[in-house]
Amino acid sequence: MAERAERAERADRERGERGRGRVERRSRGPAGSGSMDGLLATKEIAIACGPGGVGKTTTAAAAAVMAAVRHGSKVLVLTIDPAMRLADALPPAPIGNTEHRVPDEAFRAAGIKPRGQLWAAMLDTKESWDALIRRHAPDRQTREEILANPLYQNISGRFVQSHDYIAMERLYEIHSDGDYDLIVVDTPPTRNALDFLDAPQRMADFFSSRLLRWLIVPYRSRLVNVATKPFYTIADRILGTEFLGDISEFFILFQSMYDGFVERSESVGRLLSDRRTTFMVVSTLEAVPLREAEFFAEQLNARKLHLGAIVLNKVLPSYLRGSEGTEVAEALKDRSEELAAALAPTLLAVDPSLGDTDQIVRVLNEVADSYLNFQVVALREMEEQATLSVMPDVLATVPFFDTDLYDLGGLYRLGEQIWD
Amino acid sequence: MSDLLDLKLVFVTGKGGTGKTTVASALALFAASRGKRVLICEVDAKGDVAGFYEAPPTGFHEKEILPGLFAMTMDTEASLREYLKLQLRIPVVGRIGPLAKAFDFVATAAPGVREILTVGKLCYEVRERSYDLVVVDAPASGHIVGQLAAPQAINNLVKVGLIRSQTDWMLDILSDPRTTGLVAVCTPEEMPVNETIDLAGRIKAETTVQLSAVVVNRVLPELFGRQEEEVFDALSSELPTERLDALVGADAAPVLDAARLAVTMRRTRSTHLVRLRQGIDESVPMLYLPYLFTRSHGLRTTRQVAASLGEELGY
Repeated sequence: MAERAERAERADRERGERGRGRVERRSRGPAGSGSMDGLLATKEIAIACGPGGVGKTTTAAAAAVMAAVRHGSKVLVLTIDPAMRLADALPPAPIGNTEHRVPDEAFRAAGIKPRGQLWAAMLDTKESWDALIRRHAPDRQTREEILANPLYQNISGRFVQSHDYIAMERLYEIHSDGDYDLIVVDTPPTRNALDFLDAPQRMADFFSSRLLRWLIVPYRSRLVNVATKPFYTIADRILGTEFLGDISEFFILFQSMYDGFVERSESVGRLLSDRRTTFMVVSTLEAVPLREAEFFAEQLNARKLHLGAIVLNKVLPSYLRGSEGTEVAEALKDRSEELAAALAPTLLAVDPSLGDTDQIVRVLNEVADSYLNFQVVALREMEEQATLSVMPDVLATVPFFDTDLYDLGGLYRLGEQIWD
Repeated sequence: MSDLLDLKLVFVTGKGGTGKTTVASALALFAASRGKRVLICEVDAKGDVAGFYEAPPTGFHEKEILPGLFAMTMDTEASLREYLKLQLRIPVVGRIGPLAKAFDFVATAAPGVREILTVGKLCYEVRERSYDLVVVDAPASGHIVGQLAAPQAINNLVKVGLIRSQTDWMLDILSDPRTTGLVAVCTPEEMPVNETIDLAGRIKAETTVQLSAVVVNRVLPELFGRQEEEVFDALSSELPTERLDALVGADAAPVLDAARLAVTMRRTRSTHLVRLRQGIDESVPMLYLPYLFTRSHGLRTTRQVAASLGEELGY
């Protein structure tokens, strides 16, 4: 803790010295009072996570845009599965694993002057797996055999959980290269939000498993001992000998890379708990996603991972919660005929083509109902926020935007909301 | 449009946050209210489904939680155990320790093992049990294709053995459009619409399952007709607003702003709805469910959604 505060101070000082003379807020204060500005100034990796459909990818991109524009650092946003429009927002549209710089002209076109650089990359699962194999394969022949193995192709391309691991692996690789001041990454849509946290450990366990050796033994020697025989009998009956053979070949090939893989996945795991890494939990204020986000935040704390921020997206405007509005809405309903008659002359003065007062009555009622309807939702949202059990350094709420945000200017506007 | 209830096995998927579990729960509830014997199975195990019926948590063995409505939670290891007991007549009890490890291992290693055990169990329920309808709260759209394609993928990888013969009858069930269908839940927003259109394409290209319906959830009501909107525009201009403030003796701006917000939201969303309709094959029906301005969740909401769903299905 103390170290983190120190680091924040140092970063603030350094930025001051470099003449970016704004008054900086400290990142550490009472829970929830810190700023994203301060948080991202002191971290090297920010991982956006949380339930699906709450704007994780967009939030990650907006935070990266802000850090590049305001901090003057070199920032990479690594997106796992961006929708086409988000790719458009960070031109040129990324292809494969290649990191590309968002050109200054794109910022200028959106009316923004960046101090730093924004880079973007997409995760290509297959390409990343292939790169991993190339790195660890002991020789050319093993490499080619693995890349051609049908089981490998299935795992790297389709196997759902492989996404979880490879995303973190790629993050590690990019961070190790040391090309960026800050890497912002969004997490793959996992069945369980925790999957990707466990992925490195699971991968390490997997390759050090005794069962892996069991499975490989009979294809190396015909000696099968009494203890393992039932296993093969069952496996054989279920999977068929040929498939079992395929699996074994695959793992025999993989064994040559065993040490490298285990070591690597352990390093990836360490990076997640490194002091330079922080997590941003993203949610909306709807009950189900919020409970999921909360659970996730608790798990981060339990694992001693750094919960830097909770970002609450699509929050309805505060004017919906006022009691004065309720009174006005009720008056519109109760006195709609009287009000319509009184308003008619003024309305006709604005637009002489308007119809009869019945229409005004209907509009007043619709307007009032709509307010009261949305108020129910807005109050529910507030109640949800008030019951949040976890408090990170930074708690940011982002108002509902009535237009789509998928361009650089939109991301910047969103970013401004979470920044201070 | 009542075809959905004539199916035996319905997978409900959708982008996270679109209300997939709500719709699955409501569909099962509605079918049960029509006198069908229904099983709802939660595959995307977050333990939500029980909450949608105010029922205690469910497990692998189904429980009747409302009349005619049974619920279970998928557990691939339990599914394997059941499978071994039924198919191989292996007395599992004594060997379950190493078996569980072996399972974990093979499932991690071999693609599609978890998926096949899930889909296999569901197909088994359809074939062997007395349910009229099995509703699956399936994985989100990012994962559903892999799951539904698993039997075919395994069929291609495994040439002989028990699994091979098993996948054959699963494929029969999954490929029959009168037996099995997929429902995609979407909201009228940019990303969910993109993902739904993408999903429809992948389902067609990569699986043998048919897309039976798209449920568009949280559709906002149309606030004004065209003439009413003209009245509203006039009301929002300076003088009438001042007059209104004076008449009600308070600031009316928040109420007018809220209506403006509702109109804008509705308008933005309509363009996505148009895009969705154009992006999905014409033969696939769309079912529209209204946005619920309610403070409750749980069974109350499930009942409201079930009622809307029933109306959309033409009951």
